[in-house]
Amino acid sequence: MTRAITISGLHKAFGKTHALDGLDLEVAAGEVHGFLGPNGAGKSTTIRVLLGLLRPDSGAAQILGRDPWADAVEVHRRIAYVPGDVTLWRNLSGGEVIDLYGRLRGGLDKGRRAELIERFELDPTKKGRTYSKGNRQKVALVAAFASDVDLLILDEPTSGLDPLMEEVFQRCVAEERERGRTILLSSHILSEVEELCDRVSIIRKGRTVETGSLADLRHLTRTSVTAELLAAPNGLAQLPGVHDLDVQGHRVRLQVDTDKLDAVLKSLAESGVRSLTSTPPTLEELFLRHYQEAAR
Amino acid sequence: MYAGALAAVVSLLVVVRHTRDEEESGRQELVASGMVGRRASLTAALLTAGVANAVPAVLVAVGLAGQGAAGALAFGLGLAGVGMVLATLAAIVAQFTESARLARGLTAALLGAAFVLRAAGDSASDDGSSVLTWVSPLGWLENLRSFADERWWVLLLFAGAAVVQGAVAYVLAGRRDVGMSFLPARPGPALGRLGTAGALAWRLQRGSVVGWSIGFFLAGVVYGGLTDGVADLVGDNENAREVFQRMGGQSGITDAFLASMVGMLGLIAALYIVASTLRLHGEETSMRAEPVLANAVGRLRWAAGHLLIAFAGAALIMLLAGLGFAVGYGKEVGPVLGACLVQLPAIWVIGGMAVLLYGALPRAAMAAWAVAGAVLLIGWVGPALDAPQAVLDLSPFGHLPKLPGGGMEWGPVLVLSALAATLVGVGLAGLRRRDMTT
Repeated sequence: MTRAITISGLHKAFGKTHALDGLDLEVAAGEVHGFLGPNGAGKSTTIRVLLGLLRPDSGAAQILGRDPWADAVEVHRRIAYVPGDVTLWRNLSGGEVIDLYGRLRGGLDKGRRAELIERFELDPTKKGRTYSKGNRQKVALVAAFASDVDLLILDEPTSGLDPLMEEVFQRCVAEERERGRTILLSSHILSEVEELCDRVSIIRKGRTVETGSLADLRHLTRTSVTAELLAAPNGLAQLPGVHDLDVQGHRVRLQVDTDKLDAVLKSLAESGVRSLTSTPPTLEELFLRHYQEAAR
Repeated sequence: MYAGALAAVVSLLVVVRHTRDEEESGRQELVASGMVGRRASLTAALLTAGVANAVPAVLVAVGLAGQGAAGALAFGLGLAGVGMVLATLAAIVAQFTESARLARGLTAALLGAAFVLRAAGDSASDDGSSVLTWVSPLGWLENLRSFADERWWVLLLFAGAAVVQGAVAYVLAGRRDVGMSFLPARPGPALGRLGTAGALAWRLQRGSVVGWSIGFFLAGVVYGGLTDGVADLVGDNENAREVFQRMGGQSGITDAFLASMVGMLGLIAALYIVASTLRLHGEETSMRAEPVLANAVGRLRWAAGHLLIAFAGAALIMLLAGLGFAVGYGKEVGPVLGACLVQLPAIWVIGGMAVLLYGALPRAAMAAWAVAGAVLLIGWVGPALDAPQAVLDLSPFGHLPKLPGGGMEWGPVLVLSALAATLVGVGLAGLRRRDMTT
């Protein structure tokens, strides 16, 4: 597996704040990698290190096989970046900014540019000061998706987009993946990440706490089960991996570690099942669990 | 004339601030949703402008009453008149543009036209009888003949113009939507031609470069035009002569005046170079630099575009000031041009300080303004206050040869140029090594 991004043991402090505290990140070429974490976890700091805007205190970082600081200009020819809060120049039109970014990067696909402007319903003739937040994001997204690069770095790119545009964005990401481009998608919108990402890294307080495919991570999550039984349940509380058990007569509600689900279902079946709902684990729960642990 | 222009500038700023600025920022929407008429903000703006003009008018009239009550009253009323004519003019312009900046710029341009008309009228006739003078509200101020033979009916011109313009503004304001304008913001091009960081820097700064260029050229014309008169005026006043000589020249009152005016423009050009250099800082802190630098643009190349505009732009505006003197004064063209250009090493040192602060100590970048301010203070007030030489020596401008009039000295010019280059170099080295702030 060739790697688009390799970061190991990255440290970066701003004064007394340790923004990055030994962060690790691996992004394989051709994958869509979700980069998750609460605000202030260090997502944007990591991305700024990858863009050569910040110099790490210690640790190693490689992007497209090069050093992000020393080889910044060469690296940047092959990447496109969309910040979470796009600021434009008051007097430049959106179209001018798209073309400027494209040229500074080494060229835009004109047909793709026109198609994307159409799909995102962007008016490229408006001046920077008159765009709304969502429209400023669209300007940067069009510029990024229309450029011929190997790696897209998107830092919470959909803030301010309405749900329709969010969908357009998701389709664009899917298309980019089909073209074989690598995407690092920093986000805290979990549905977006679940929908799009092959693998996910979750960071907290400047460290990576989980990394892997969604399937891998689901092993760490709990499934919630609600069942109505023919007889009162027996021995559920003794089963490993069962949490928050609530039995009222023949009704049962519980949470179970997803990899212990089998034993619970067998136990329920022994009592006879009239109805059963089970909610699959979501990334959200995984996320919340990590946050709650952080809060404790 | 200068007092009138000042009243006019204050008035136009007040009116645009309370009308178009409020709408552009969206604050007006909140107010307009309350129980407030659609013309209320215009009324409020004009009332504020009225007060802003009445107070100085009264102060001026009272303050000058000792030199003749009628003249003082006429002068005070004339100032207020000019102010209100510009206030109502700004009110009209603000109905037409969507951006407050454009409204200010257009009104200021109209004021500039009035200024030029008056100046042209003055040179066409001695008694203000020229048509050009009568066309300009600033010319009415002259024709009011305060402290001479007051022509009170001229005040009716001010009042009439203000009332008519005010009425026009009211009619226009009643006919449009909040936030909209009669000249909708022109849409920009859908396709861009900008392709390099340097082109972007020029695009961002060209308006300001053009503005400073026009300003410096006109200042050269005006001061050049004054030069001949000054020799007669100051010739008898021992005190003023001494000040001029200490500020600039060593021989001849004309040269002394020219040298001090050129020196003053040099000090003001230091403000230009700081403003232009700190564009880098503005771009960085407003997060606009980050996406540019995330493209295949090195930091030095990005900075070089802005710095070229700052440092070459300073040379351009000083050159234009010199040409302005040539137009306004017409004599000693070569020496005056040389005097303008000899300011450059000192201006560049100030620019170099700004680059150093921005590159090496970005948090303190704004201190470049303090440096420029201190140099300005030393240059303007220092000689008049008999400040010790050690203090005067702190300013790079203090080491320049006093031209025209004095002899050319290459030593300080070369030393200052080398110092400026070093400061820029160290600053850029710092920029290359440091984190980009967010």
